[in-house]
Amino acid sequence: MAVTLTVNGQARTVDADPDTPLLWVLRDELDLVGTKFGCGQALCGACTVHLDGTPTRSCQTTLGDVGDAKIVTIEGVQGREAEAVRAAWVSLDVVQCGYCQSGQIMSAVALLTENKKPADSDIDAAMDGNVCRCATYHRIRAAIHDAARRLEA
Amino acid sequence: MHMLQKLEPGAVSGLAATLSGAAQTPLSRRFVLAAMGGAGIGLVLGLRPEVAHAAPAGTGATGPAFNPFVRIAPDGTVTVIVKHLDKGQGIATGLATLAADEMDANWSKVTTAFAPADPKIYGNAAFGGAQGTGGSTSIAASYTIYRTAGAAARAMLVAAAARQWGVDPATVTVSNGVVSAGSRSAGFGALAEAAAKEQVPAEPKLKAASAFTLIGKEGVHRVDNLAKTTGARIYTQDLKLPDMLVAVVAHPPRFGATPKSFDATAAKAVKGVKDVVMVPQGVAVLATTTHAAIKGRDALKVVWDESGAETRSSSDILADYRGALGKPGLPVEAHGDVEKALKAPGVKLVEAEFEFPYLAHAAMEPMNAAAQIKDGAVTIWTGCQFPSADLPNAARTAGVAPDKVEIHTLWAGGSFGRRALASSDFVVEAVAIAKAHGKGVPVKLVWTREDDMKAGYYRPAYVHKVRAAVDASGKPVAWHHHVVGQSILAGTFFEQVMVKNGVDETSIEGTHGTYDIPNMKVELSTMKAGVPVLWWRSVGHTHTAYAVEVVMDQLARAAGQDPVAFRLAYATDERMKAVIRLAADKAGWGTPLPAGRSRGIAAHKSFNTYVAEVVEISLADAGVKVERVVAAVDCGVVVNPDVVRAQIEGGVGFGLGAALHDAITLDKGAVQQANFDTYEPLRMSQMPKVEVHLVASDAAPTGVGEPGVPPLAPAVANAVLAATGRPVHRLPFAGQAFKPA
Ligand code: FES
Ligand code: FES
Repeated sequence: MAVTLTVNGQARTVDADPDTPLLWVLRDELDLVGTKFGCGQALCGACTVHLDGTPTRSCQTTLGDVGDAKIVTIEGVQGREAEAVRAAWVSLDVVQCGYCQSGQIMSAVALLTENKKPADSDIDAAMDGNVCRCATYHRIRAAIHDAARRLEA
Repeated sequence: MHMLQKLEPGAVSGLAATLSGAAQTPLSRRFVLAAMGGAGIGLVLGLRPEVAHAAPAGTGATGPAFNPFVRIAPDGTVTVIVKHLDKGQGIATGLATLAADEMDANWSKVTTAFAPADPKIYGNAAFGGAQGTGGSTSIAASYTIYRTAGAAARAMLVAAAARQWGVDPATVTVSNGVVSAGSRSAGFGALAEAAAKEQVPAEPKLKAASAFTLIGKEGVHRVDNLAKTTGARIYTQDLKLPDMLVAVVAHPPRFGATPKSFDATAAKAVKGVKDVVMVPQGVAVLATTTHAAIKGRDALKVVWDESGAETRSSSDILADYRGALGKPGLPVEAHGDVEKALKAPGVKLVEAEFEFPYLAHAAMEPMNAAAQIKDGAVTIWTGCQFPSADLPNAARTAGVAPDKVEIHTLWAGGSFGRRALASSDFVVEAVAIAKAHGKGVPVKLVWTREDDMKAGYYRPAYVHKVRAAVDASGKPVAWHHHVVGQSILAGTFFEQVMVKNGVDETSIEGTHGTYDIPNMKVELSTMKAGVPVLWWRSVGHTHTAYAVEVVMDQLARAAGQDPVAFRLAYATDERMKAVIRLAADKAGWGTPLPAGRSRGIAAHKSFNTYVAEVVEISLADAGVKVERVVAAVDCGVVVNPDVVRAQIEGGVGFGLGAALHDAITLDKGAVQQANFDTYEPLRMSQMPKVEVHLVASDAAPTGVGEPGVPPLAPAVANAVLAATGRPVHRLPFAGQAFKPA
């Protein structure tokens, strides 16, 4: 079934069943492989994208669930918060294997868009669904605080 | 299609190296040669003239090759060819730092590519020349190789500039990627073509440490930083090749079972499913998309032959292990008279029986590999950690000669040891499916998280029993230690060299030698179980450090001594004492803590690196909460301090997640965990503050990927002991009630 989606500001038409998880539509049909497969069960956050700005696990969101929502992936996320987050991530060398980091960044950008000065408890609440098996959490926390400072400046 | 050709430079490269955690015992050269099917070994520095200009094929690196480790493109980009797999530990950054420093390159113009499979050039001396990554050996084994390669390239750039400008080479200087003499100057790129044709110096002069510009310096950022924050980094999971099919496999429900027959009617009705094939590992569904392959796999009906399957529960296996404690094991270490010392009048005895569960690696990227068999040749794409095993295993499975196999190594989304194994399980599975399909197209094997979790090759379960004693003066005088569990190396090609007199070094490493104990006996009982086992970040030290360090705290209490003072009094090695002192100092050991908090320490040497960790915990209804970890590390010369800190931070988090809640359990042979709900990874809210302090040293550099893990769990247990008066002898902590005393 042909469905037209808005992905990273562009209209994209895909031919897939409505029960197909958005994750596989993005990765296999649209070649947007920055969004990662980690668990397939909304348990790890590696597949996080924004649906109308809300961080969403694409592995448990079907094509049929998307409706008119605007989809933004790691490849298309932009704006002050995204820039601040990337700058902080690079300056603190957050990444290790990097496989979780697309999801971490999407969650962090959404957090900072909602909350310009998150406390540690806000970071725990917003980021607990994003697993990092390399345990870069310590730096992710520091980088979110650093990005908040960049946004103030 | 997202074709290979369109991948970012360096993402798809030749083969790199590998194996995690094969302990520090070197493999014998002749043995490895035999094991690797006679592939030539002999590590060369890569600077012999006949190999100096050999361009590493298929690495994605551009520009003339100065030697097998360094290329320079006309735009001045320096590509360092990395012979080890980077699975997050930062080895690409580390090796590039070594070469770039000696070259006086501009760090912002340095990139990396993974080396092809070629043990003659890219072998690991710590593995007897086999090509592989593991045992935290990469920096130690490569330190001189990459510095020499960089220094040689620099000398060639200088020689070319001197020739072009008609000046004495001695007057030519190099700084930050620019070669100068008097008023003349040129970038590396402008000189590359000519310089690569210069004579390769046989013994280029290496810098004195005082002249380093990158090695040991702060602010040298990771080479993979940007690509991993933009989503551009391509992993095996992301591969798309022309005509590629995705394979998802129905695996047997128990270890040792095999497929007998299957009904693919429903699977073949799924749109996108192209083929269903039976392989020794299970029944594979091949489809045009991942989703179709998963749906097809879920629709399969398979009948299994379970006649050879392991059907015990993990509780039965552990009961068998406890039974073995009553019988003598194989001797590992013995000095003094331990039985007499344990019974001497006035001694205070500590007895402890430990239990450690099976553990899954659960790397963030589930295991995967792509394989194509075409025109009698095999091509593999994977985060290849162990080319010297994967290549011959792929050849054998495909039925081709080893020289018909080419491996492209991609960046890996974690490993923790799982990508390095003698049986190359998922690589072989991908090749078997490609062969069974037989159409010559690339097949990407995808394991779901559940496949990955249930696939075995776990950190083995172990039982330990320790009986130890201090004398009336508080001095530790006796230690009897019995380890019971499966051997990681038995039945693999490592067995011949790393299992001595029946003792698998990886089962007992770390049990003895840290402290001066006059009467000691260590025994090992190696057990058989049908559960495949493997090294897991820090290998034997994951359990031996726990037993030793918890008993040390119990002995300190028996002696009425402070745990730090007690360790300092009996540690045998000055470097160990120094990290204990440093961690204790920085953590404020002995200073008052806020109400409800307690401290614990543990220290351990693994892979020749010394680490002490002091933790602060609080106890709540939810169990143990680790608030702060202060680590002190002596890894000799530090190549990149921030990467070292990152590895220790990560090791702390990895060790903590497992200690808090992880166990793989079997119910009548079936693995009970499937995904991150039943095998819980550490999450943000559980991550403590971590401070890492490095000991300045000019000793030979040693690895840091693993050594941060071993002291963490026992330090937490010792903090629980301080708070409750009760030692913790079983992991994980979850499900055990800890009440403050
Ligand atoms: S892949 Fe979607 S949450 Fe893990
Ligand atoms: S960086 Fe490896 S899983 Fe997060």
